[in-house]
Amino acid sequence: MTSSQTTFVEALLAPDLPVPDGLVDPAGLPAGKRFDVYRNNVAVSLADALETAFPVLAKLLGSANFRSLAGLFLRAHPPRTPLMMHYGADMPGFLEAFEPLAHLGYLPDIARLELALRRSYHAADATGIDPALLQSTPPDRLMAATLKIAPAVIVLRSRWPIHAIWQFNTAEGAPKPQMQAEDVLITRPEFDPDVTRLGPGAAAFINALQSGAPFAQALDTAQAEAPTFDLTHTLGLLLAGQAITELDDSQ
Amino acid sequence: MLDATAPKFDRLPAGVGVGYKPQHFEAILNDPGAVCWLEIHAENYMGDGGRPLAQLRHLAERFAISVHGVGLSIGGEGRLDPEHLARLRHLVSWLNPASFSEHLAWSTHDSGFLNDLLPLPYTEATLTRVADHIDEVQETVGRRMLLENPSNYLAFDSSTMAEVDFLRDLTRRTSCGLLLDVNNVFVSATNQKTDPISYLDAFPIDAVGEIHLGGHDEDEDDHGDVLLIDSHGKPVVDPVWALYAHTIARGGPRPTLIEWDNDVPDWPELAAEAARAQTVLEGAVG
Repeated sequence: MTSSQTTFVEALLAPDLPVPDGLVDPAGLPAGKRFDVYRNNVAVSLADALETAFPVLAKLLGSANFRSLAGLFLRAHPPRTPLMMHYGADMPGFLEAFEPLAHLGYLPDIARLELALRRSYHAADATGIDPALLQSTPPDRLMAATLKIAPAVIVLRSRWPIHAIWQFNTAEGAPKPQMQAEDVLITRPEFDPDVTRLGPGAAAFINALQSGAPFAQALDTAQAEAPTFDLTHTLGLLLAGQAITELDDSQ
Repeated sequence: MLDATAPKFDRLPAGVGVGYKPQHFEAILNDPGAVCWLEIHAENYMGDGGRPLAQLRHLAERFAISVHGVGLSIGGEGRLDPEHLARLRHLVSWLNPASFSEHLAWSTHDSGFLNDLLPLPYTEATLTRVADHIDEVQETVGRRMLLENPSNYLAFDSSTMAEVDFLRDLTRRTSCGLLLDVNNVFVSATNQKTDPISYLDAFPIDAVGEIHLGGHDEDEDDHGDVLLIDSHGKPVVDPVWALYAHTIARGGPRPTLIEWDNDVPDWPELAAEAARAQTVLEGAVG
């Protein structure tokens, strides 16, 4: 037997289904439009949450188009938990499979960038190490050391110019994006995430550190990918972003 | 950190609070006016860190905090989500709020979380299920909770009990307290064509640990009858203020919250609503 809440939910998410039996107005007549209050509350509140989560997607598509997309998305992917701060994690995959927007191939990665910004915003607090600690560690010990990276630090790699697209839609006077692959670093020095474009090899370097590789191995990985990898600049970005929370040179 | 000289907020004061919005952080600290406690939505403070938790820790040093859950789905047919219960327990244990409350409603189903407070038929079966869920919540969170009366837009022809009787039975079975939302009473009574004063006079007032006041929208149903919608996006209307004064005259001063969640006004406008509630509370004392 189908539970009454199952019937309720099915009708809630499908406006073309009839209002479930047994729901009535004060005269005992079928609830009709009264049921639509719930339909509307669910659809509008979830679409609002998505518009808050993906402001750049909404800007790229235009508000009306974004609301249509949100209406399809929220029915296919209702939130899995009551934590609306994480709602929309399925959006990149949804966009990848969404034929009508296939010509805008960068949209899934823009969605990933916006999700990453929220994840960073709500990530656990951490305090960055004193930059002097890095300078005072002897080179051989540094090479063997592991660096702990703050939970709010996220690296994204895209074959699209996601940093340029994001900038163009959030910062006044930002240049028009040029077609190129871009890597992005998100750090959270205090409470607001910072977005920075990474140079060649830097994403591989930070990813290696995040996975616990010793400094020398992370450096090798980065240089193998990009001989022009700029270590000093990358460390500067990480230190400024309070991204390194521990230097373990006990090995 | 709470220091040893800070007041201990082990219960909500019988004064006025507001639903906390981050854009009011500075203004509340600088000029709280009549406001002596704050309510937060539990789910917005279940992240791992960052600004929301930093602000909350700061505010909790100065104001009593009420944690108001909107996602537990106490009326759900399925079992309560153990992960969400664990998140609530964690929040309540580190924050040690003055109060914890949730809704007589459901919002989660196999298909997911629906982000709305959905209605229940008032039957013996619902009563047993909701009482079991309240027991589980109170046991897990380790404290008595308050349960809020809903806004109703429709009724179930399977209902066998009046809402006030249903709520009274729940307080007897579970020892939970109640959160009386006076705007919800007005919205439901208007929508169901019942008398809000009778509802309030039958309400188990001794169990009421908190009162909510908020605004609503006006629409109409298929037959052209007025249909009020609980929107928390406007000032409290005069008939609701009158019902509130009636409630305070009957039961004495209670912690009272101004709820304004959508189209949130600047602080002075919200503070003025709070001041108006304070006047009603003082009238009851004087």
